[in-house]
Formats: sequence, C-alpha cells, structure tokens
Amino acid sequence: MIKNGTRLASQVCDTQVIVVRSADSLDDLRCGGAPMVPLGTDRSGELDPAFADGNVMGKRYVDETGAEVLVTKAGAGTLTIGRTALSLKEAKPLPASD
Amino acid sequence: MSISLLLEMAASGNPDRTAVVSGDTRLTTQQLSELADGGAGVIAASNARHVVYVGTGGMMLPLLIFAAARAGLAFTPINYRLSAEAVQMLIRRLPDPLVIADSPYVHAVGSDNIGAGKHVMDSEAFVAQARVAEPAAAFPDPDATAIVLFTSGTTAQPKAVELSHNNLTSYVTGTVEFDSAEPKDAALICVPPYHIAGVSAALSNLYAGRTMVYLPVFDAEEWVRLIDAEHVTTATVVPTMLERIVTVLERGDHRLPSLRTLAYGGSKAGLPLVRRALELLPQVGFVNAYGLTETSSTIAVLTPEDHREAQSASDPAVARRLGSVGRPVPGIEVQIRDENGAVLPPDQTGELFVRGEQVSGRYAGVGPVLDADGWFATKDIATLDADGYLFIGGRSDDTIIRGGENIAPAELEDLLIQHDQVRDVAVVGVDDPQWGQAIVAVVVPPPGVHPDPEELREYVRTRLRGSRTPDRVVFRDALPTGETGKVLRRQIVEELRTLERVERPAAVESSQ
Repeated sequence: MIKNGTRLASQVCDTQVIVVRSADSLDDLRCGGAPMVPLGTDRSGELDPAFADGNVMGKRYVDETGAEVLVTKAGAGTLTIGRTALSLKEAKPLPASD
Repeated sequence: MSISLLLEMAASGNPDRTAVVSGDTRLTTQQLSELADGGAGVIAASNARHVVYVGTGGMMLPLLIFAAARAGLAFTPINYRLSAEAVQMLIRRLPDPLVIADSPYVHAVGSDNIGAGKHVMDSEAFVAQARVAEPAAAFPDPDATAIVLFTSGTTAQPKAVELSHNNLTSYVTGTVEFDSAEPKDAALICVPPYHIAGVSAALSNLYAGRTMVYLPVFDAEEWVRLIDAEHVTTATVVPTMLERIVTVLERGDHRLPSLRTLAYGGSKAGLPLVRRALELLPQVGFVNAYGLTETSSTIAVLTPEDHREAQSASDPAVARRLGSVGRPVPGIEVQIRDENGAVLPPDQTGELFVRGEQVSGRYAGVGPVLDADGWFATKDIATLDADGYLFIGGRSDDTIIRGGENIAPAELEDLLIQHDQVRDVAVVGVDDPQWGQAIVAVVVPPPGVHPDPEELREYVRTRLRGSRTPDRVVFRDALPTGETGKVLRRQIVEELRTLERVERPAAVESSQ
C-alpha cells in the first residue's frame, strides 16, 4: 500500500497530489486516464478526453474505501481509481481561529 | 506531509498576494518563499542540527519556520522575555543549534557559553544572507519533528513538546480551506512567536491566503489603529489583550468596520468580559478557540453563531454555552474520563482526553505519552453537554482538596467574576492544619472599590455548597499572569505562604 505523505504527479497534465490517507485502492490512482507516478517522473502520453474534467487546487478527493488525496497543484485531468472518479470532499467551513 | 508544502502551495496558488506585513517590510507569497529558500541555504551551510530563534517575531517567524523546514531541521522559537540564564538553559537542551536572535537579545544568548551551539546570528544578518544565499531544499520525513516548543512551565521544568510535520499539516489542512480568504483579507497577529498560537497563525493564515499583519509588541491603542490602517478582517487575542482592547473601545469612538472575526483563547476569558466585547462590537463574529501546545493548537471552537445563539437564548442550557469552548474541530475526538479511566456520560465532570492526527503528546527526552489507543490526557478538567459543547474547568493540578472534598477553583472563579465588585479573581488552596487545604479567593476589585470580604463569602455560600465557600478573601491590585494571561497560581500560593509566616494569623475560621 502506498505510504501516507507520498507525492504523486500526473503523466498527462499539471496535476500533483499528496496522499493524506492511504488505502489499497490508491495503487490504481489515475489522473487524466493515466496512472499517477512519483513526483519528478517525466511526462508521457496524452490526456484522455473522457477523463478531462480537471481538479481543484487545495481540495481533498476521496473514494468509498477511505482513501484521501490533497491536490497540491491543479490540472486538467480527472482523478480516478481505475475508471471511477474520486469525489470532492466537502468541508464544513470553520471560522478563522488563528 | 511537510509544512514546506503549505508554503509551496500558497506560492503557486497566489504568488503576488501580500503574505506578510511586518513594520516597514511587505512580502508577497513568492518573496517569502524565495527568502525561505535562501534562509534554508544559510541554515544548511551552518551544519547545525536545530534552529533556534530568540526575538519578538514578526516576519522572522514565518521566515524561520519555513527556512528550517526546507533545510530539513526542527525549529524552536524561545521566549525572549526570559532571563539570559533561562534562555541559555533552554538552548543547551537542543542539539547543535544555529541560534538566530534579534539584536537586543544577541548578548543574552551568550555566543561564548552556549556549549553545544557554536553559531549565533543576528536576525538582520540572517535576512541579508538569505537574500543572496544558494537555496537549499530538503524533504524531511513527514513524521520528523518540525517544531519544538517549550511549555510555559507553570509547573517546574519547562517541557519540550515535539510537533511533527504531520501533526501540523493535519491541523492546517483539516481546519482551513486552502485559499479560502478573500483577496483583501488580513489577519492581525499579536500572539507571542514562541507560543503554539504564533506558529499556527503563520501556517494557517498563509494556507488560507490571508495577509499576516504583525504587531510584535502588543499595545491596545496600536492594535485598534492597525485594524483600521491595514483593513484587518480577522484577529486573535488572549483574554488580557481583549480586556485592554475593550477598555480602549469604551473610551473612544471606534467601530472597527473592517473586522469580521475576533478569536480569543490561550486562557480562560471571564464571562463579563466576553459579554462586554459582544455588546461593543455587534458586527464582529467572536470565536473562542481552545487548544494546547501538545495538540498543535486549536481542538475546539465556539463559533460566531454559537456566541449569538447563547447570547440571546432563554434556555439556560444554551445560554451557558457562552462559557464553553464550543465543539471539537474535524479530526479531533474527545472523551471525559473519571479517575479510574471510565468514560463518563454528558454533564459529568472528569479529565479531558483527546485523539487525532494533530495530537502529538510527545516530549523531547521523554517520548510519546499517548495511551495504547492514541489518547492524550490533557490534565484539564472538563464536561461535555448533551449537544457536545465542551466546558473547561481548569487544570487538574490546581484542584483544591479541602476536608477530603475535591474543589475545582474554576467553579468559584466563574461565579465570583460575575460579582460587580470583582474585576479579576484567582482561587487557590493553601496548606491548612484543620482542612488539609483552605480555600483562598484572591480578588482584584475595580479601581476605587473596596469590597467587604464577608459579603463575597456570603455571595458564594448562597450559590454553591457551604464547603466551597472561600475560607479567606484577600485583595490585590493585579494577579501575576504569564504571556497568554494564564494566572501564575504557584506564585500566588508562594506569596500567601510567605505572608502567612509574617503575619502568623489566628486559626482559619471554620465555615461548616
């Protein structure tokens, strides 16, 4: 299983994420239709138009098994496990307390 | 996740937004990031194993937090108000540190006799070198220690709390939405740099995309001026600051139109003070934040909606929440346990235990003090109500045991502070031959007021049990407090003990 804190990048767009809560499902984490790879790996391939809904900087995405990733750089690809899209985790806003 | 990534995200999301206003210095997020990279280079070149800061804060705090993180080292801001001897004693407990000090404190740091630390640098020299240094970028293990803070040490030896990158980033990403601030939002920061609130303010405001305006040395008039001058939208204060701000607001015609949120915390705020502040600033959303150094700052908040609801409630159960610290933040679980460790139901008082990824509970030289299931004992006495609102009743160490009965000073203090002849109060236990401990109420009356001790005792007696009536009431001009307004009880007890030896008073009178 991938380690919490691992940083991954898309091969086909600008997207970067960090693994906040790992689960076995993340072994098949993809972005823009292509598997996500360790940060620093060269880009290759093309964005699959079927997985081009994009993602939002600073948002958390989750699946049904409890996996959670945080987008540290936004891109054009859809974040998926296999072909199933991750869902945006809605946060209840807290007032500024610091 | 490393705290460096928080700055990296802020700089990529909003490179040109003003991140820091500190005196005459203004830095955009991108400039702060570049300076932190250079600072990491300066730190890496020193071959130190730890980074220490002694100074008043401002821009130096976010700069050094991130420069140390990018150099892969842990960072400790130290209380610059301590004696030179105390500062040096703390520095000696840290491994091979590079010490960066504002110029007035360089001498106190004592470059010749730190022992392990060979390097002392003036803050200005550090910034000048950071501007031209070759950047360094290490990627620390997310479980490595990012920040070490010395607790204020109201008990004997200050403890060194270790906060990991994961503890801090869990707190920030779990409680703050990235880039959620409006483009013109600004936070006024006047909490001390060596306090957890100073560290968390630097991290969470940056992540929210909110400009940080620093007021390193608190002054209520200047605070009010800066709110208007910098169009400040949020601010955090400790109760003693709130008291002074309220006094300034009551004197003059200040509306603070830009201010939307005012958070208070760090120690208990008396209800009369909170009510006065709410009435003076009806358009401001008040937030009561509760947390410990060991929990990477805030673990519970009483929100603006909670304040308004409690303020206007006719239901006493809702009205009393104004004196609560609200409900736990996401990712934090709480339990109230009795002395045998059994979990208590709502409305019963016991010790507060907390669990979550932001909870460190780890001390240098001691290791983790979490139980087998990851729970941290806060040593705070607390109660949860049926709706999950948390009430804090003081430190368990402060409990007075009088005639075999456990008495939480907070219960008497919360009552006495509402008497109109009481401006401030601390209730402590002193050794007593008859009761084991006697209850002494140390009262600060408003200026020019001379309350009758018997009347105050009667006030408590008619509202609480007789055994909880103060055995004695003494008057003072002020209470000794620490930086965040925490009353220094040991000092009060020590002073009472000394006086007692001098005065040799008659036996303490019985009160049932």
